[in-house]
Amino acid sequence: MALQITAQCVNCWACYDVCPNDAIYDDKPHFLIDDDKCTECLGDHPDPQCAAICPIECAIVDELGEALNPPGSLTNIPIEKLHALGLVPPEFA
Amino acid sequence: MELPVISNAPSGAQGGGCASSGCGTAPDALSHLPDHIRAKVQDHPCYSEEAHHYFARMHVAVAPACNIQCNYCNRKYDCSNESRPGVVSELLTPDQAIRKIKAVAAQIPQMTVLGIAGPGDPLANPARTFETFRMLSAQTPDIKLCVSTNGLNLPQYADEIAKHNIDHVTITINCVAPEIGAKIYPWIYWENKRIRGIEGAKILIEQQQKGLEALTSRGILVKVNSVMIPGVNDAHLKEVSKIVKAKGAFLHNVMPLIAEAEHGTYYGLMAQRGPTDEELQALQDECSGDMSMMRHCRQCRADAVGLLGEDRGDEFTLDKIDVMDVDYEAAMARRKVVHDDILSKLEADRAAKNTKVPVHLSIAADARPVLMAVAGKGGVVAEHFGHAREFLIYEASPDGVRFIGHRKTELYCAGLDTCGEGGVATEDEPESVLERNIKTLSGCEVVLCSKIGYEPWGMLEAAGIAPNGEHAMAPIEDAVMAVYKEMFDAGRLAAPVAAGKAA
Repeated sequence: MALQITAQCVNCWACYDVCPNDAIYDDKPHFLIDDDKCTECLGDHPDPQCAAICPIECAIVDELGEALNPPGSLTNIPIEKLHALGLVPPEFA
Repeated sequence: MELPVISNAPSGAQGGGCASSGCGTAPDALSHLPDHIRAKVQDHPCYSEEAHHYFARMHVAVAPACNIQCNYCNRKYDCSNESRPGVVSELLTPDQAIRKIKAVAAQIPQMTVLGIAGPGDPLANPARTFETFRMLSAQTPDIKLCVSTNGLNLPQYADEIAKHNIDHVTITINCVAPEIGAKIYPWIYWENKRIRGIEGAKILIEQQQKGLEALTSRGILVKVNSVMIPGVNDAHLKEVSKIVKAKGAFLHNVMPLIAEAEHGTYYGLMAQRGPTDEELQALQDECSGDMSMMRHCRQCRADAVGLLGEDRGDEFTLDKIDVMDVDYEAAMARRKVVHDDILSKLEADRAAKNTKVPVHLSIAADARPVLMAVAGKGGVVAEHFGHAREFLIYEASPDGVRFIGHRKTELYCAGLDTCGEGGVATEDEPESVLERNIKTLSGCEVVLCSKIGYEPWGMLEAAGIAPNGEHAMAPIEDAVMAVYKEMFDAGRLAAPVAAGKAA
């Protein structure tokens, strides 16, 4: 059981600092999660910490590829507006 | 009576990025401060208006992570072509930052201040931020350190800030009411949770206020930045100003919201407008009371280098500083000579100014104040009307001349070939660049510039603004007062005129 970082990531280091398992590492083109270390914060915190601080929608996904912060959930920009402007990544549309 | 006359910078000064010779927080405006605090800001370009013509600052981008979301910020786009807070082109490790700072300090000896301002929140990156400060305290003792923060983690780090000898902190405080905060901050990250809406805003506000008090009680200078968002917090900022002043902030900087759709921010995409120049100025005046307001802020990037209003970051990219070999001991000796020279020049200018009999004393006390726009450079009326990238707005009154702010223009005259086209409206642009520029001057009665073309002259007059090219190369404050005196002598200052004459 592990979370993953997608190409939406902007390499801001926020998740790196708050991961209780040191599972996140600095890679190119973007940060990645070591799935051997990631516990989705079970036993440490009620919410996975990377997803709780990440400022970018669709950057953290679960094993099924579902975004923990789906489009519009962090910015409060209406989803219709995001679609109209082409700001929803195709794989999350 | 304390005269709010504002220029102590000499005319024809060695040019800075800012064109004015006296903008913003005058030494007089800081006169309520104890001597030891004034001594701290006299060479700080962001806090002292006279210092910003001579002393430079730099930011190092070592703090990428953030713990809140602001509706005017988008963490996705760090564009190198834009100059606004939160934008950087190159993230640095603390070690890289130290190398860059030493390289800049050696090449730009006027650089006295190093700030960490993002691109995230410095106190959400405590390891990288304080590692940088620790190395600087040890290796570059002649550089002042400052940090800016959203305040969420401030109470927790007040002691650490005091320990590192950081004597200037900026807190961005946009509100003191959670209901308003919820319209500015969609969420915060707090105690391992993302907290949304009013609940999140309430925690942020409490932490900001606690942090402000923690710093001022430790003798650390605090400036408060506020972003003016029309319809959201504009009226409320007067209350913010009162509260932060009561808690010991020494300077309040009200900045206009920057929101364009292409920035991809919530406000940009939702077409939230920024304030007009006049709205900003009116709010700054209302907030001022007996507190110092800052008016020379240029809202710089989180990796800016140089004098305010200029950015020399391109000269100090990682690949360039890699091949620079800096002997910091030698640089420090050179820097001291440069700093001492500037300070004694400022002192001498201040003394000379005090011996002059001011013109405004010959003007009746009930004469109405007049706003004038100046195309200036290096403290003098130096620019052709069509070449000015910004106009400096001054108010002349029986109390003297004071700087009000700067208003940006679009360049319509790009040389002989295209000159004149700016005056032409087309189907796509029903309003010409020239017309738009004249609109930005609304409220002003006079424009001072070194030269002006026939066409803009006529359009300015039609808009009720008198063009004046008679003071080319004169010190700005002297020119403004001379024109004001002429208006007084001609009997034009008796009756109050409706403010905000639109173009």
